[in-house]
Amino acid sequence: MNTDQMFFNKRNAQSNRAKLRTEKVNLYYGDFQALRDISLEIPGRAITAVIGPSGCGKSSFLRLFNRMNDLIPGARVEGHVEIDGVPIYDSSIDVVELRKMVGMVFQKPNPFPMSVFENVAFGPRRHGIKNRIELEDIVERALHRAVLWEEVKDKLDQSAFALSGGQQQRLCIARVLAVEPEVILMDEPCSALDPVATLKIEDLMRSLAENYTIVIVTHNMQQAARVSDMAAFLMMEEDRAGVLVEYGVTSQIFTKPKDKRTEDYITGRFG
Amino acid sequence: MRTRAIVSRQLSQRVAFGLLVLATIIVVVPALLIILKIVISGAGTIGWEFLTQPPSQAGKAGGIFPAIVGTFYLMLGTFVFSLPIGVMAGIYLAEYAPRNWLTRAINMAIINLAGVPSIVYGLFGLGVFVLALNLGMSLLAATLTLACQALAMTITTSREAILAVPREYREGSLAIGATKWQTVRHLILPQARPGIITGAVLAMSRAAGETAPILVVGAAFLMRGLPQSPSDQFMALAYHLYTVAAHVPGMPKDTIWAVALVLLVVVLSFNVLATIIRLRTRQRRYG
Repeated sequence: MNTDQMFFNKRNAQSNRAKLRTEKVNLYYGDFQALRDISLEIPGRAITAVIGPSGCGKSSFLRLFNRMNDLIPGARVEGHVEIDGVPIYDSSIDVVELRKMVGMVFQKPNPFPMSVFENVAFGPRRHGIKNRIELEDIVERALHRAVLWEEVKDKLDQSAFALSGGQQQRLCIARVLAVEPEVILMDEPCSALDPVATLKIEDLMRSLAENYTIVIVTHNMQQAARVSDMAAFLMMEEDRAGVLVEYGVTSQIFTKPKDKRTEDYITGRFG
Repeated sequence: MRTRAIVSRQLSQRVAFGLLVLATIIVVVPALLIILKIVISGAGTIGWEFLTQPPSQAGKAGGIFPAIVGTFYLMLGTFVFSLPIGVMAGIYLAEYAPRNWLTRAINMAIINLAGVPSIVYGLFGLGVFVLALNLGMSLLAATLTLACQALAMTITTSREAILAVPREYREGSLAIGATKWQTVRHLILPQARPGIITGAVLAMSRAAGETAPILVVGAAFLMRGLPQSPSDQFMALAYHLYTVAAHVPGMPKDTIWAVALVLLVVVLSFNVLATIIRLRTRQRRYG
């Protein structure tokens, strides 16, 4: 067992309990089944990578946890999805509150058409914070945590579109951090970025993992190997429904995969 | 063989290009000629008195001031009544309405409403506003009638402006726990605003040019003064033009052209305004 893994196990033992849990989850879009029988437990304050070929349902899986699939007409979830043991598809759950707790970063940086400041303040404002000083404080803290403050502190009033792609993506991360989430879902956050910007986001993810539970969907095997503590490998079955093939500690998945299909995928034999 | 094929391809390319140019000329030239004729014949009559005095001698002398004011009242009323309802309906149809056959049917019906002949709106206004609601032949009844007609356009343009806002913004906002209404109110509407306003301004300028609907709900041919309240009758440029052109014997021709020119300037200036609003916001967004 390498030191990374020991560190991870120790840290995981402290929280002990899974932050996110799915049990026998099926997801349907109308008649089409996108996910089949997915059961896994995602540890808190760690990075879990979801990998697999295109169209295997990685994004759909990610969107289970903030119920973004709800926005798609005809989407239906069976089984249990829990955060801290609370079933989030229960009728008593307020989706707005859930999404405050479970932030999301998208594939393409999607800053809003407004200033850098207003982008980060957007969430807090919607959640009722009006005091300017308080907002400034939140924005500065969020930008610090997203390691963007030094680059944008002099252009807070400029349009967010003036930033580079990598800066825009970190701005989107800051926008999520500003509403104080506990979980951050990232849907291929680096696929639109160059290698340098990608490394910056990866560094940022590592530092965020100290305080947040991160689940990242990625196409990039090296990225999954570099940043994640745990890795889940999803694949399509013949009817195109996504199934969980293998799930475990990242170093084990990448060095000693138990399933032949996982090995084939990570060694680049298909996908 | 090969060269012949190339030659014939180039020939057909030229023929097609020529036909397209011809079609454009056929569309543009008559419009320019009409505008030119109106300007040349009408400009001489237009002066301070014409623009600021009430008509006399059945419109043969004096000016068209009450008609200009009446037209602006109609435009303003159309804007005020149709914009809020149009925007709200547009928001509902774009953001909230379930995507089913009923919504599709409603969308189709609204688009088709824009094609209903305007005199039908006039009769609707006569039946509903003038008679049933007892508003009488009045400015209020006329603006409400024109607003109903404008609704088809304001709803459609609002809906389209809202749908044109990228999905990524909606997702980004919902994903940080904003409610749907907050997303609409603070993110989507500001983005859609130029498109919505443009549609409303165009609907206004169309209202300024309407004759048939106001004919039956309260337009007056001759008024010395301005309407004092929304329940008064009113003059309007388009209706005035129709009457002096068709119903006043011995009307000086140049006066008719002059009325047409004023109406044209009013309508075109609002169209230009709409274009400026659209272009300016486009620059700001991408510049």
